[in-house]
Amino acid sequence: MEGLLPDLEVVRKDFPILARVMADGLPLVYLDSANTSQKPQVVIDTMVDHLERHNANIARAMHQLGAEATAAYEDARDKVAAFLGAPDRDEVVFTKNASEALNLAANTLAWPGERQVGPGDEIVITEMEHHSNIVPWQLLCERTGATLRWFGLTEDGLLDLSNADDLISERTKVVSMTWVSNMLGTVNDVAAMARRAHAVGALLVVDASQAAPQLPIDLAAMAEDERPDLLAFTGHKVVGPTGIGVLWGRRAVLDQLPPFLGGGEMIETVTMERSTYAPIPHKFEAGTPPIVEAVGLGAAVDYLSVLGMDHVHRHEQAVTAYALEGLQTVPGLTVLGPLDASRRGGAISFEIPGVHPHDVATVLDTRGIAVRAGHHCAKPAHQRFGVQSSTRMSSYLYTTPAEIDALVEGLEYTRSYFKLD
Amino acid sequence: MSTDLDSLYQEIILDHYKNPHHQGLREPFEAEVHHVNPTCGDEVTLRVHLRDGRVEDVSYDALGCSISQAAASVMTDLVIGKPVDDAMRIHEEFLTLMQGKGSVEPDEEVLEDGIAFAGVAKFPARIKCALLSWMAWKDATTTAQLEETPAEKTPVEETQ
Repeated sequence: MEGLLPDLEVVRKDFPILARVMADGLPLVYLDSANTSQKPQVVIDTMVDHLERHNANIARAMHQLGAEATAAYEDARDKVAAFLGAPDRDEVVFTKNASEALNLAANTLAWPGERQVGPGDEIVITEMEHHSNIVPWQLLCERTGATLRWFGLTEDGLLDLSNADDLISERTKVVSMTWVSNMLGTVNDVAAMARRAHAVGALLVVDASQAAPQLPIDLAAMAEDERPDLLAFTGHKVVGPTGIGVLWGRRAVLDQLPPFLGGGEMIETVTMERSTYAPIPHKFEAGTPPIVEAVGLGAAVDYLSVLGMDHVHRHEQAVTAYALEGLQTVPGLTVLGPLDASRRGGAISFEIPGVHPHDVATVLDTRGIAVRAGHHCAKPAHQRFGVQSSTRMSSYLYTTPAEIDALVEGLEYTRSYFKLD
Repeated sequence: MSTDLDSLYQEIILDHYKNPHHQGLREPFEAEVHHVNPTCGDEVTLRVHLRDGRVEDVSYDALGCSISQAAASVMTDLVIGKPVDDAMRIHEEFLTLMQGKGSVEPDEEVLEDGIAFAGVAKFPARIKCALLSWMAWKDATTTAQLEETPAEKTPVEETQ
């Protein structure tokens, strides 16, 4: 099959969990990577090694271990900067996860500062966002009196841009959009949206939680007016650990935003009356950060870079195309979202009339197949397509065509178990 | 593999799923609640009508998986017509069964068709599905009891 990662079987051996034997002696078929990805041995070992040999608090301990821990943490920032092609490594801010990164943006935009949002201003999002890229903006609007507006979706799961000129106007202060939908798989045109936002002086915030694992990203190579202003992703979906996320932002924008959380490490000097703040990135990293998680994320993005994000992307597209083809052989099954693999990511949500997604997931689980069932934190997008919930399979760089075959067989079995024929 | 699955999807459960009892929203009622399972989006709107300390009617509109739908159907069979105190005890018994991780032997005398859910207790992810409508019923009944005292009160309800 064209496009698969070379040495896929060798790559799979990097992920110890893929050898797990599930109940009844069945092999694991892990198709829930859009939820969280599995971790290669090198990430696990790097984290264990850090804890066993280099553990200390960072940026303050005046001893060898402190210096080593600080170097490891800041090295991780360099690695993430390289992974994103960030123009400046200090533009990489570590957070707890992508949600915190987006909340950082939405909160600091609500507070007094050069970018403060107020009554009469508009925030534009889309109907295909994860709840993490909806709720923070709703809160921002409630707190500031700004108005929330959004792009709707077309029948085939793309952004409906027909009213774009009305939606994005001189009142728009922020446009926030997912790069790749976690439910529909749709890949949005970030460059085009950036041009629109910038033409009216608005910021473009990009939720790259599903894009960072799958697409090669090179921010420095993007044209100035096509580059987002802020971009968030999470560590655990890019073969890294949980508890670590990233907010990348243009230096000029991050400098304009007020601090988010106050505490240790984010200050320059403190008196009882007032404080001054450290320059970015530390301005946004109050308190002891998730050090070993950052170190693990550094190892994770290095691992992806060695594989090559171009190869990872091609692999995802090949597996996704194969899966779309296979799923459509299941009688009655409907895929939600674009059917063209070249225009979508590796998350495929679908419906089988007559069997609830929970029941689909449970039957698949007894065959060792892990998928997600529910609304995938994208209730508005489900509502848009008139479904309450769906089943979602999501592949990643370690997914094989044989696993897709197992899924399709599992779905056939599900249909017969619930006597749909 | 299908033994495990069959213990979850007992024929009784699939029958109730395909032909749910007491479905639909009816009047009169003293309390109406809307419960959701936020992780999966299953939801139920449920009404309770009490009279003289008895569960006169339970009506509902539910969206969800086979387990949650069947649980609503079985629950109405079990509580309608019973004194509220007895119905609450059945609720407790069902809760104990669900939280027993598969180690509780269900009492058919008390739970009737509800014993079919014994297998659900072994699927941690599905326990909430089985409990959704029971929790909604308890909530609505508690509210209705406040409404209902004194016992002879005849409910006057707006249409729809």
